[in-house]
Amino acid sequence: MLKQAIENLGNHTIQGVWRIGFASRFFLAVLLHSGTAFRRFGLTIREIYFTGVLSLIIILVSGLFVGMVLGLQGYETLQRYGSESALGTLVALSLVRELGPVLAGLLFASRAGSAITAEIGLMKATEQLSAMEMMAVDPIARVVAPRFWAGVISMPLLAALFSAMGIFGGYLVGVQLIGVDEGSFWSQMQGAVDFEQDILNGVIKSVVFGIAVTTIALFEGYDAPPTAEGVSGATTRTVVTSSLAVLALDFVLTAFMFRGLN
Amino acid sequence: MQNDNLVEIEDAVFGYGARPVLKGINLTAKRGQVVAIMGSSGCGKTTLLRLIGGQIKAGRGTVRVAGESLGELDRAGLYRLRRKMGMLFQFGALFTDMSVFDNVAFQLREHTDLPEDAIRDLVLMKLHAVGLRGAARMMPAELSGGMARRVALARAIALEPMLVMYDEPFAGLDPISLGVTGNLIRRLTDTLGLTSLVVTHDVQESLKIVDYVYFVSEGVIVAEGTADEIRASELPYVHQFVHGEADGPVPFHYPAPPYADDLQLGGQGA
Repeated sequence: MLKQAIENLGNHTIQGVWRIGFASRFFLAVLLHSGTAFRRFGLTIREIYFTGVLSLIIILVSGLFVGMVLGLQGYETLQRYGSESALGTLVALSLVRELGPVLAGLLFASRAGSAITAEIGLMKATEQLSAMEMMAVDPIARVVAPRFWAGVISMPLLAALFSAMGIFGGYLVGVQLIGVDEGSFWSQMQGAVDFEQDILNGVIKSVVFGIAVTTIALFEGYDAPPTAEGVSGATTRTVVTSSLAVLALDFVLTAFMFRGLN
Repeated sequence: MQNDNLVEIEDAVFGYGARPVLKGINLTAKRGQVVAIMGSSGCGKTTLLRLIGGQIKAGRGTVRVAGESLGELDRAGLYRLRRKMGMLFQFGALFTDMSVFDNVAFQLREHTDLPEDAIRDLVLMKLHAVGLRGAARMMPAELSGGMARRVALARAIALEPMLVMYDEPFAGLDPISLGVTGNLIRRLTDTLGLTSLVVTHDVQESLKIVDYVYFVSEGVIVAEGTADEIRASELPYVHQFVHGEADGPVPFHYPAPPYADDLQLGGQGA
């Protein structure tokens, strides 16, 4: 019993280390074969449509509702201290620093990441990737790299749109519905949000999340067993792993970016 | 002087992990011939094709295509050689996000600088050769199994390769599609002067079109000969295979413990 448990633990550890090594090699191979993604930018544009443009609806609607909830909750808290005029600052900083990149990253993992894994996994299961190899076309360069760069380019744009829509949602609830002064809402926001500390750091976060989510999604698809069960399992792993990666990376990045700030 | 043999395999050994699949295969395919590789399911036929295509490497022995040893080629060399090969996968492996036209044009766009007008003409010629010029704008999901395989064949010959490999080209086809596919393989081999390697277990259809047959069983070649020699063969394995007998050298029952033991009848006897 104990021996079996130790064997299983060892086996899982070896498998885990092997997968991390394979994923690292895969990531390097994608970077090395990225020439095609830029030389034939049309391939990348097409993938930006599938990963970015088709994710717009869920990003915009979610951003709007998150902003509206922030407006309500923020007003409820701030008015206790007579600081409801700072609502714009609260909504903007929450979204630009944290909620925009993180929630957009989580939604991107669910919507685009799962789609990427399923597509690549099915291409593998139906031998489309092998067919490409046999036609002397490298699937990493032709299929994987354009999707990788499409994800990296789309993610910060989606996070920015999420934040913009969230701020609009906060404005709708705070100013239009509750009656916070419009001038205070915008001017306090303008005064408090720093380009480098807040917006740029948010953009850096979303780029890192884009790299992490897209790499995980591509790797899981490429490594998926070529069966229906294998592709289904890979898709689930993509959503779970990339969501956890987004949250963990957010903590690490936040710790580095905002340390020493008062 | 050009070697008469396009494909030469000498003593090739390959296994997945500890499980040996090919245990010393010797095989040649002459230029301009249709060569069939037959054997029961799981005997290593497809693995042999993957070996010739360079998708896997032999653990021992040599695999030569057009005089080049696949084991000694780097990735660039392998890709260069693959431009002279075509492969028809069992279910076509068409790119599902591209139309029939774009599937056939794929290699031309990837590997040549031909203008789009020339690509259009070439694609339509290839599709015409397989009888599917009228399906150029259709998507793979709209095609029947037989049509998908014909499109895949048009794609495989797009760059006019010297070798085309077919993985189970007759599997799951209706009698008409079966005849059409067999005739296409023979006709394209003769008219384009290429060499065809057909992995199949459809004996009757393939014996109509092939020049030479290899029988693979348990990782080794157990018989070979022309179609007539195979039909007349008295070798038990070949006889069982050609006549579709349920039992013989390939047993009906997968190895198992004694039936009575499995049914736990021991000790309860009369």
